[in-house]
Amino acid sequence: MADGALFEVRDLCVQFATPRGRVNAVREASLEVRRGECLAVVGESGSGKSQLFLGCLGLLAAGGVVQGSARFDGQELLGPDSTPRRAALGTRVAMVFQDPMNALTPHLTIGRQLAEVVLDRGLLDAAAARARSLAVLESVGMPEPEARLRQYPHELSGGQRQRAAIAMALMTHPDLLVADEPTTALDVTVQAQVIEVLRGARDRGLAVVLITHDMGVVAGIADRVAVMYAGRIVETALARELFDSPAHPYTAALLASVPRLDTPLAGRLVGIEGQPPAPGAEPDGCAFAPRCASVLDVCHRSRPSLESREARSVACHAARLEAGAGR
Amino acid sequence: MTETLLRVRNLTVRFPMPRTRLLGPRPWLTAVNGVDLEIEAGRAVGLVGESGCGKSTLARAILALVAPQAGTIEWRGRPVRHDDATGLRRMRRELQVVFQDPVGSLDPRMSVGESVTEALEALEGAQAVAASRARVGSMLAEVGLDPALHARYPHELSGGQCQRAAIARALVGRPKLLVCDEAVSALDVSVQAQIVNLLADLRRRHGLALLFISHNLAVVRHLCDEVAVLYRGRVVERASAAAIFAGPRHPYTRALLAAVPDPEPAAHARACIPELRAAAAAESVAVAGCAYGPRCPLAASDCLVEAPGLEDDGGGHLTACHYARVRPTAN
Repeated sequence: MADGALFEVRDLCVQFATPRGRVNAVREASLEVRRGECLAVVGESGSGKSQLFLGCLGLLAAGGVVQGSARFDGQELLGPDSTPRRAALGTRVAMVFQDPMNALTPHLTIGRQLAEVVLDRGLLDAAAARARSLAVLESVGMPEPEARLRQYPHELSGGQRQRAAIAMALMTHPDLLVADEPTTALDVTVQAQVIEVLRGARDRGLAVVLITHDMGVVAGIADRVAVMYAGRIVETALARELFDSPAHPYTAALLASVPRLDTPLAGRLVGIEGQPPAPGAEPDGCAFAPRCASVLDVCHRSRPSLESREARSVACHAARLEAGAGR
Repeated sequence: MTETLLRVRNLTVRFPMPRTRLLGPRPWLTAVNGVDLEIEAGRAVGLVGESGCGKSTLARAILALVAPQAGTIEWRGRPVRHDDATGLRRMRRELQVVFQDPVGSLDPRMSVGESVTEALEALEGAQAVAASRARVGSMLAEVGLDPALHARYPHELSGGQCQRAAIARALVGRPKLLVCDEAVSALDVSVQAQIVNLLADLRRRHGLALLFISHNLAVVRHLCDEVAVLYRGRVVERASAAAIFAGPRHPYTRALLAAVPDPEPAAHARACIPELRAAAAAESVAVAGCAYGPRCPLAASDCLVEAPGLEDDGGGHLTACHYARVRPTAN
């Protein structure tokens, strides 16, 4: 399974020290990303999807502690020696965040910011940096790239800023791009363009991790999907299989609650009753049990482990019973 | 006959911009440009468009929070005037609003129960306080907030719970029209579905009319009877929700619908956004003709000269496009 994985996370835990004690943001998460594939990590706010990757890359907020293993191209990023992590971050692993305005420096031109990425690392000289900036802006579909180099972030529209931020991430020709809610702040029309850009990068061989809560965006680009709930990965599957037949009740409920344009109007939307558990509290059983439609007695007592079969893994007692009965 | 609650005629809102030259003329930004809109009692009208199209400014003008430069707003047959404090007070009892950020729209130092009580006192005077406790309690129960949560503060609640409290605060004075400005946009999908269902229930139970502003077309489809599509301050298409979603006519509406990602991997096999490719460049150019002209795949030379008016096809489907009928309902 681990063969060919570019990025491999094993049993990752992220904790935060708070005045009320330690809070687990991510618990025992394992996943891998291969070259040229897009892995979408989906979940609701507070599910730990962003903290998982911030933890791997050493970007946690103050008070955050990470345990477990994250290997990038065979090198451990979370070992006692921070050199491999520092060498990878920003060069071979790049990140794009939700708010493009905050990702760009307001008082520097786009051209300066793009060039800086490679100049500061001593990767290219000024002329080559400029040429690469132009090429990268073109590859993200920026209109009139020459003119953009001379402009400041405030002179660009929201979609153009996000393209510039993605371009900045691509300047070093990274192997892995982690995009954290890259389209959430954008209009649907612009979102469609940004998805195109990410799809283009993926098709050129980049491994893309897309962290999002939007199932529509996931369907547009992901090859595989990992679903997170209350800090744990509850299901991973190929995107097509996940949408066709979600195995975890949470995944099914999440898909059902998305309002759609293409289905007949059935009156009410299907929500998920109740709230996810508070960050500090971990129930003995399955964290989703109180909200689950297929809940069994055992779900309240023991926590289901993530069990894999072929390309899919699910952490659910009910799903396991069903799969067993189907055989 | 149903009463027309709100009648907006030729509404224009402009904002002064900083001068570009020391003694030059002051440039103006026209956020809302000659908009007509009616809302009848009990109807839900969706207002959609991209950010910056003037949706929120239009809502703020309707709520009398910004003064329009031109045009009129009538609330239940009476003109809304900014210098008429009594009239405004009367209108605000019947016209309430819920904003996007549920936590930010509640006072952090008040429990949600106090926040709702405050709204009731402001609308009905302090003498109503005696009877208010029961009403506040029943309102909070109606929006699905557990009594145990009434004494909690906004930071102790989730986004969905805060939005329920904000809805309770808006509805406790029993308004006739609720303006929802991106009221479900900041919520997770599972919670968003709960709030959409809640709004639909409240509407049915109280005959509440809605002005539902959203960039999420799928939510609008679920909740609204009518839809108005706004582009750069103008209404470019208006019709029943069924008509708009079954057969959008304006090229902009079509592009907007095509850009909504389908939660279905197979659907993405077809390239879904050809109409929007050329969009980005022409963003800030002022145009004499149709505002959508520079982005429009149907645009001909006359589109760049003359702005099309909003025309009724005779069946209540209004479109502002010279060529919408040349290629009607292509999909």
